[in-house]
Amino acid sequence: MSRWRQETRERARQIMARYPQKRSAVMPLLYLAMAEDGYLTEEGMAEVAELVGITPAQVLAAASFYTMYKREPVGRYLITCCTSISCMLLGADDVLHALEDAAGVPHGETDAEGVISVEHAECIGACGGAPALQVNYELIESITPDKARELVQWLRSAHPEVVGTDELQNLFGGSPSFDWAIREDFGAIGPYPAFSPLGTAAPVGGEE
Amino acid sequence: MTSYPRVVTKRMEEHPDDSHTIKRYQATGGYKQARRAVRMTREDLVGLVEGSRLLGRGGAAFPAGLKWSFLAPGRPSYLVVNADESEPGTFKDRQLLERDPHQLVEGVIITAVANEVHHAFIYIRGEYAKPARRVQKAVDEAYRERFLGKGIFGSKYDLEVTVHLGAGAYICGEETALINSLEGLRGEPRLKPPYFPAAMGLYNQPTIVNNVETLSNLPHILEGGVDEYKGLGHDVDTGTFLFSVSGHIRKPGNYELPHGITWRELIFDVAGGLREGRQLKTWIPGGASAPWFVPDDHLELPITKDDTAKAGSMLGSGAVVVMDDSTCVVRAAERIVRFFSDESCGQCTPCREGTTWLEMILRRIETGQGRDVDIDLLLDVSDNISVGLAWPPKMTTICPLGPSAVSPIISITKYFKGEIQAHIQRGVCPLA
Repeated sequence: MSRWRQETRERARQIMARYPQKRSAVMPLLYLAMAEDGYLTEEGMAEVAELVGITPAQVLAAASFYTMYKREPVGRYLITCCTSISCMLLGADDVLHALEDAAGVPHGETDAEGVISVEHAECIGACGGAPALQVNYELIESITPDKARELVQWLRSAHPEVVGTDELQNLFGGSPSFDWAIREDFGAIGPYPAFSPLGTAAPVGGEE
Repeated sequence: MTSYPRVVTKRMEEHPDDSHTIKRYQATGGYKQARRAVRMTREDLVGLVEGSRLLGRGGAAFPAGLKWSFLAPGRPSYLVVNADESEPGTFKDRQLLERDPHQLVEGVIITAVANEVHHAFIYIRGEYAKPARRVQKAVDEAYRERFLGKGIFGSKYDLEVTVHLGAGAYICGEETALINSLEGLRGEPRLKPPYFPAAMGLYNQPTIVNNVETLSNLPHILEGGVDEYKGLGHDVDTGTFLFSVSGHIRKPGNYELPHGITWRELIFDVAGGLREGRQLKTWIPGGASAPWFVPDDHLELPITKDDTAKAGSMLGSGAVVVMDDSTCVVRAAERIVRFFSDESCGQCTPCREGTTWLEMILRRIETGQGRDVDIDLLLDVSDNISVGLAWPPKMTTICPLGPSAVSPIISITKYFKGEIQAHIQRGVCPLA
């Protein structure tokens, strides 16, 4: 019997309808399972298995391949710091250390309050705005160690419901890879990508 | 500074505030070519793209028209757009996705019609949440206008498009890994043969996999015709090429340029040169997988596919990573090798074990634990991943990921051996 709310099951049905074969919906359904429980639980994977008609082991095999499916609890705000070549050349390691210091945890871990997780990642495609990081996959380009500290403090004190890339970039970022120009009205509600078919993109500011 | 004609970045350049909207897209001639394509034959469309000699922009520079011509006929076929841009240094597709998503959607329609595809997928890397939102919005708008869905542009042609998010795996940019991923499996590259998904791809059906920039060129090829498109390029490298310039450079960014200018022009004129008081030490000409270039040997070289290949490297995904004289090459190489080690899918032993060992050896040199034998050891391990250390690399693996990790090793041992030796002997970076 499904643990998922009616609304989530309906969302899952819509996601599966986007693919010719149900199994292709495994990846978006895993995000949906993360959004339901805050991270990818065994129960969540079992739910996905039942929906697409494969075994939980087959779901785990897929899930464990990808870094964005978090099978341990993560903080409400997942800070992903790029430390690949272009970011490293412009000081990414200092940004990562500043994040670890401000959050009080080494990368790969979550603070005691469950608010902030810090991780380092391979190239996030923001090399022209290096060093760069993401908060719940919303981008900040040309960040500094000091701004990274401020970011951690701001997330802890402001506790935004939705994190939007424009606001983050304005508050903490510098020069971007290219001109963003266009206002982005949607942001992320948790440590998974904000994307409308997943139901995880919410208007920045809260109102629909 | 010379100005160069723009193709895929023209609209965003001229209309920075709304280049992503369907209104602006249509007001600037958008969707006219897709409407035309629906009434053209497969032969005409494939012929046009073959005639344009459009090369794939995902890194391998495979002729797009030729790829299409491999498509096994008479079975349901699929189109998968590779928007899994993850090669370190590359951020061009992100700009195309965010700033001109309808240009991509129009390219998808043209490609689908040319290959008798009725279901296309746009596979976007999971970290690109904002670009994915933009593309989904563009797709939704195109459905609303009946440019997608049942009977597109009033014809009898049906086309469904699904935007799919990845979840953090570089290897899914390899087309057979991408297909596995799209089937809900681990993103591991498939054994070859079959060499081309056009023979057997998604759900074991004929499948075309093309890069975002490649498809974004199609409306322009149809609009201007083959000769105009070829005229934009340089010799066999037709059209324009998007360079992502990053690292120690004054003006990082994406630059749409013709082939044929020199590296000096790109680095010093277009991208503004190096920071105050700094000298150019080395640069990566085509993404983390490419062997590096150095000023003495390569600065005056024209940027073409052939000249770059002859000099032992590649233009790849167009990612140019510039390093100045403050760069520790051991550290830079370690960072690139770590990338491949992290992203190795683990199927093939030479890649899984080899990249891990290369990373560990480089790290011990960097942290002052290096041994005199380490340079030879790096080359020996590299030789086990890619026999003979040749260019293009020999393969011991299912896909080119492992052999790519050898490029930085070849580069630093060739051009900066003295610096590595000094690093080993002193136990600290000689630049520190």
